[in-house]
Amino acid sequence: MSSFRQDVEANVPALRRYARALTRDGELADDLVQDTLVRALRSEHLFHGGEIRSWLFTILTNLNRNRLRSLARRPTTSALEDSDAPDSAGPEAGGRDIERALNLLVEDQKQALLLVVLEGLSYREVAEVQGVPIGTVMSRLARARAQIKAYLDGERPVLRRVK
Amino acid sequence: MIDRESPVTEDELHAFVDGELPADRQAVVEAWLASHPDDAARVAAWETQAQAIRARFRSIVDESVPSHLKVDSLLRAGLNWRTVAAAVAAAAFLIGGVAGWMARDTTEVTAAPGDPADQIAQHALSAHKLYIGEIRHPIEVGASEMHLTPWLSRRLGTTLRIPDFSAFDMKLLGGRLLPGEAGPAALLMYENGNGDRVTFYCAKLTAPQMSFRYYQSDNVAAIRWVVSDYGYVVSGPANKARLKELARAAFEQLENRAPPPPANRSSNEPLISRRGT
Repeated sequence: MSSFRQDVEANVPALRRYARALTRDGELADDLVQDTLVRALRSEHLFHGGEIRSWLFTILTNLNRNRLRSLARRPTTSALEDSDAPDSAGPEAGGRDIERALNLLVEDQKQALLLVVLEGLSYREVAEVQGVPIGTVMSRLARARAQIKAYLDGERPVLRRVK
Repeated sequence: MIDRESPVTEDELHAFVDGELPADRQAVVEAWLASHPDDAARVAAWETQAQAIRARFRSIVDESVPSHLKVDSLLRAGLNWRTVAAAVAAAAFLIGGVAGWMARDTTEVTAAPGDPADQIAQHALSAHKLYIGEIRHPIEVGASEMHLTPWLSRRLGTTLRIPDFSAFDMKLLGGRLLPGEAGPAALLMYENGNGDRVTFYCAKLTAPQMSFRYYQSDNVAAIRWVVSDYGYVVSGPANKARLKELARAAFEQLENRAPPPPANRSSNEPLISRRGT
């Protein structure tokens, strides 16, 4: 396997994690990852070095944005939340609360926060993924964090963690 | 220590949390936080958020990657994702196993209008609402009649396995045949001591394998899934957690051919065993 393909493959677990966090739907998340991989592998000949990881995250982010746009006017159904999966949250993480809080964020803010916090991308890389200046990334990050804090402080006071 | 000429900005606080702060500002920000408890509390809250997010999704990277997301299988399938999706869905479904499949963590999603898998859920819900209200004739053929399963199996074109919900105190009343979108559909009705009714719906459905999805309509709800060209729907009172348990039990009984739970099934015992048509 070429090193390009190996690099793509090495990023699959992280792409799945990001997609799952973005969509909160395992089926949908893996569909997004698959589409991302297909696009990336098709474009192998167009890739002349650079950061494969950021590029893959860019593709996935754009695909999800397209998906949300095209589905905007359709009726929603509610898939099952997995309330009893043993690994659904860290033991002390208030995992479901943080998921609800994330779900309140607008897409751009959620992307920025997840890419920085969950995937460890630099501000510069996130700016490339989102196609905006770093200042915009930072303000998205700030708004995301403020909103999550307000949600966790206001609606779930019992579960606040005292460090 | 504090450089009063250059107060710390909010951007710097975020950069501090995210490890993006230039080295020469590190000490300044730390000193600032030591003397500004409000900012220190905000930074602590952001760090807690980050930890919670990482903890929540940590397990995903340890999961084995499904075969349809492996580079080799994508290349073999010619990088046509429609083909890929169709070709590997079934394999992934089986390989992933029941546990992984069940563990899917999902939430609000949008459904394509006219999606057959959604239509089947709507049909099942309509039938559920119509027939649970029937006091005298909720069913066509009673559970005690030996030909119930062979009859429905023959009409559906598959060996119908009737789920046993006795572990949920739900006793099979019987079933009926309904017109479905792509042929006949079977509706089985169950009832508990309180008169709560649950239905199990099965009809031929040419669609990819699909995991559970939840539909709600007023005070009743349904969960549908699709396996091997048949759609299945469990409908009942709109209690997501309970309905999910029922759907999971039905799924496992159908897929795993697991023996039904042992409790209380003297009356419908003959119907549980698998019958040929």
